Amino acid sequence: MYPASFSYSSPTSLDDALALLAEHGEDAKLLAGGHSLLPLMKLRFAQPRYLVDLRRIANLSGIERSAGELKIGAMSTYAALAASDLVRTLVPMLADAAAQIGDPQVRNRGTIGGSLAHADPAADLPTVMLAADAQMAVVGRRGTRVIPAQAFFVGMLTTSLAPDEVLTEIRIPLADAREGSAYDKCRHPASRFALVGVAASIRLAADGTVLHARIAVGGMGPMAVRVAGAEAALKGHAPTAEVRHAAAALVAAAVDPQEDLQGTVAYKRNLAQVYAERALASAVHRAGG
Amino acid sequence: MAQITVTVNGTTEHHDVEPRTLLVHFLRERLSLTGTHVGCDTSQCGACTVLLDGASVKSCTVLAVQADGASITTIEGIAKDGQYHPLQTAFWEQHGLQCGFCTPGMIMSSIDLLRRNPSPSEAEIRAGLEGNICRCTGYHNIVNAVAAAAEQMRAAATPAHVN
Ligand SMILES: Cc1cc2nc3c(=O)[nH]c(=O)nc-3n(C[C@H](O)[C@H](O)[C@H](O)COP(=O)(O)OP(=O)(O)OC[C@H]3O[C@@H](n4cnc5c(N)ncnc54)[C@H](O)[C@@H]3O)c2cc1C
Ligand code: FES
Ligand code: FES
Repeated sequence: MYPASFSYSSPTSLDDALALLAEHGEDAKLLAGGHSLLPLMKLRFAQPRYLVDLRRIANLSGIERSAGELKIGAMSTYAALAASDLVRTLVPMLADAAAQIGDPQVRNRGTIGGSLAHADPAADLPTVMLAADAQMAVVGRRGTRVIPAQAFFVGMLTTSLAPDEVLTEIRIPLADAREGSAYDKCRHPASRFALVGVAASIRLAADGTVLHARIAVGGMGPMAVRVAGAEAALKGHAPTAEVRHAAAALVAAAVDPQEDLQGTVAYKRNLAQVYAERALASAVHRAGG
Repeated sequence: MAQITVTVNGTTEHHDVEPRTLLVHFLRERLSLTGTHVGCDTSQCGACTVLLDGASVKSCTVLAVQADGASITTIEGIAKDGQYHPLQTAFWEQHGLQCGFCTPGMIMSSIDLLRRNPSPSEAEIRAGLEGNICRCTGYHNIVNAVAAAAEQMRAAATPAHVN
């Protein structure tokens, strides 16, 4: 299967990429790892006339710590995230998720920026970004804006990125010592996408009760969402198994799964319950609880 | 047309390609390296796996233009001086194939796996080959072959990375 014909450039600067996007308008698409876009183009579901490859632009990949945040270049691959000591120690749920995306070949090509910009409802990283309270740095011809994860994802395969903007960097506020995070997913047996994926970030007070929690769930509706009710159920309590069970039940109640070949609505809600409990248990454990 | 320069199995190649040419078609049709197979053509089966700058990739999901400037290794490039790569020998000796269709991809993925982890456990071998599907063997002998090659390579201190 060949994609329909298109023209291609791989500019070496962000300014050149932005100029190409402006020049070609609706006809142009950015290319990152190509592991969502190229399969769609081969099936002719997408037929962009112009591809602007981001791979030669300096400074779009790389992972570094600075002033209370972890900065991740949009072109960083899942393999790079999964192998990064900074990611594993500072944002463990992101390392959990990156290591479970697809298979090794997919992880060698797919990028964090491409995954977030694509916003597949069964993708893993949008869920993690919500629980991490990440900020998306986006550059367009009108300048740079920083979009919080909750405002970035707006619907199925839809973000608040304008077609002439590039997501350049993801900024994750850093955990303090008593914070722990985890991501756990039930993988679709063939595609490996998330049937359900739950990300949890928990901060404990000195007395071991939950200071605050962020919980997000993906794969069970048009887009990943935070579950405020489950977060509130943890706050102020010691995160015992019973408390975690009750919070996970609120996650299962909040999701909106569809019945399909993978299971009934009741089965999927149960998956959400089980995986929320698992993610919460490891997040609490990593927070030292 | 776009001009690309790639190093394939150690040989530098300059070619004009249509931007929509997939790397697997470039390798098979332009360079006649037909050891890299097309199984599913939908990014699932891994039969088309090659090494791109040392990392395993599904060449049906990479454009030839994306490989411009890169170094590519295919199954044809891993034997050295008439000697099979230890993984090739191990797949043979452990009966790690039946029809052989998946084998080039299995071996290229295994090279990347052993580069990252020279002493994988059985579970790590199975996880490392998750992107490769075999319709014949039931995987058991493939896993044995990778374990045997890993042991042999550790003993001989063969670097998994071939060029
Ligand atoms: C076999 C297989 C299994 C997979 N399994 C999983 C899985 O388990 N979990 C999962 O989450 N995903 C999975 N994926 C999808 C994979 O993660 C993709 O890599 C990802 O969805 C897209 O990232 P990319 O870098 O490949 O982007 P591309 O495919 O290159 O681009 C995707 C879209 O994002 C846009 N874009 C890319 N980068 C930017 C940027 N910096 N700024 C603005 N727009 C941009 C492109 O224009 C395009 O519209 C799988 C894919 C395959 C083929
Ligand atoms: S042919 Fe490329 S993954 Fe199957
Ligand atoms: S040996 Fe036939 S597909 Fe694997």
